[in-house]
Amino acid sequence: MSSLSQARLARSIALHLFLTPLALLWLFPLWMMVVFSTMPDNGIFSPGIQLLPHDGFLDNFNNLQRGTNFVGAISISVSVAVTYTFLSVLLTSMAGWALARYQFFGKGMVVAIILGTITLPYAVVLIPQFIMVARDFQLANTWVALIVPPLFNSLGVLFMRQAFSMMPHELFDAARVEGVKEWRIFLFVALPLARPMLAALAIILFLASWNNYLWPLLINSQPGAMTAPVALGTLIGLTKVSWGGIMAGAVMLTVPMLVVFVLLQRHFIAGIAAGAVK
Amino acid sequence: MRTQNATAYRFLAPYLLIFSVFWVWPIISSFLISFQATRTVPWRFAPTFNWGRLIGDPAFFNALKNTLLILVIQVPVMISLAIVMAVLLNSPLLKARGLYRFAFFAPVVVGEVAYSAVFRLMFNLDFGIVNKLLNSVGVPKIDWFSNVTPAMAVIMIAVTWRWAGYNAIILLAGLQSIPDDVYEAATLDRVSKVKQFFYITLPLLKPVIVFCAVLSIIGTMQLFTEPFLITERGGPGGGTETLGLLLYRQGFRSLNFGYASAIAYTMAGLAIAITLVQLWLTRDPK
Repeated sequence: MSSLSQARLARSIALHLFLTPLALLWLFPLWMMVVFSTMPDNGIFSPGIQLLPHDGFLDNFNNLQRGTNFVGAISISVSVAVTYTFLSVLLTSMAGWALARYQFFGKGMVVAIILGTITLPYAVVLIPQFIMVARDFQLANTWVALIVPPLFNSLGVLFMRQAFSMMPHELFDAARVEGVKEWRIFLFVALPLARPMLAALAIILFLASWNNYLWPLLINSQPGAMTAPVALGTLIGLTKVSWGGIMAGAVMLTVPMLVVFVLLQRHFIAGIAAGAVK
Repeated sequence: MRTQNATAYRFLAPYLLIFSVFWVWPIISSFLISFQATRTVPWRFAPTFNWGRLIGDPAFFNALKNTLLILVIQVPVMISLAIVMAVLLNSPLLKARGLYRFAFFAPVVVGEVAYSAVFRLMFNLDFGIVNKLLNSVGVPKIDWFSNVTPAMAVIMIAVTWRWAGYNAIILLAGLQSIPDDVYEAATLDRVSKVKQFFYITLPLLKPVIVFCAVLSIIGTMQLFTEPFLITERGGPGGGTETLGLLLYRQGFRSLNFGYASAIAYTMAGLAIAITLVQLWLTRDPK
């Protein structure tokens, strides 16, 4: 018995000896992001190895704000992400509800097409989307351009379909017998029951919008209409640039999401893991 | 259940509207655009204009080669690492599980621009922390961004850092759906942990691994931000240019939509081909 528990102990130690350096290595870029964001540029350029934060974050932030209106860009990013998340959750759960709860003509085809788009590279729709939004609709550099085209997502619909189809149908049949309208059943019975799944979906969608880069880079390229990642991206690669400022921007984009991640880890992980349980 | 066409389509309408306008039509449209000469207005139908150029364009083959090279090395390394992470995070022997989960899963929330900036700074020749640390153990500093091989390595390291945890989350969910009694029976039969991993875990996890691999391949196929920002527009000298970056340059710098659409469809064709091969290789033997 004791040899068995000794073997367990040895295995446990080996596990931690392997995993701890790997975990530290994985945290290292994030740690360095924070350290750089607090260091004056001459500190970043100095030959010594500096692994601890300093107190220059505000100076760096001021440098960043001088180079680009980062606060303005952040406020665009926040507004767009909030609106996008609300609309997308609504759209996605309505579609998921229809697919989970009704028999209708063309259902199999709708599901097949949605599944098909998962393996289709986004590049295929990018150019026509751009031509349509920028040239045909003349909507470049607007919020609508940032919010509406990305509203379609396939994994979210499959996730919500799964969520709704796991609910016992007696719940809804009782309301139907009472003569309650279908949209009221959806809004007031189904949606509240799906709250944990909606939370997971909302977090993933918010994050996707917050971090979205390629589409906002293309469609909202005017300085006053840029989202925060795009504004930050314009500084990377300039010859005369404050690296501390860029790192301060990176921290402002990242740390709030890390806090949300820690607080809502369960929903976060559920949302991502849902990709696997189609 | 009786059919409820009207109700169902009322719920589906907004979603299908967005889908039709911003996906279905663009899928058709970019296919058509790829057969048009778009350098001059009005565009004209010229079926071999872009596709003919594509098959003779060294820039395209360079981007294709780089993309496939990243794909072939980075995706297997990352998926293997993600499997290791998921299995170890799932071990009942692990203490302070939350801290380890945080370390591996945190990159999932980090945006492409933020992490590209950090990696670019970390791998800087003169003042990057990586070279400083290498130097402190006696390794001469490496000029990461002036040579193709190390520049490619940085891209692959960055992408792996960003996405390994994401895949580990999906794999961990898959692991947790494997019933415990399978392992208990194996342990009673004195099957070693290593053998359990290869003969129980991997086969049962196969569908999830395939799912992760397909998603990763499609993602890496379109790699854009990392070569755009970390290696400065695919540098050095196009050495890290990917299909995604070539599409961006052709479509949105040169405004050559026809050629860019042909590149996009090449990517789609590759993604579909690789996905099919993957599904075929891992099919259930029946």
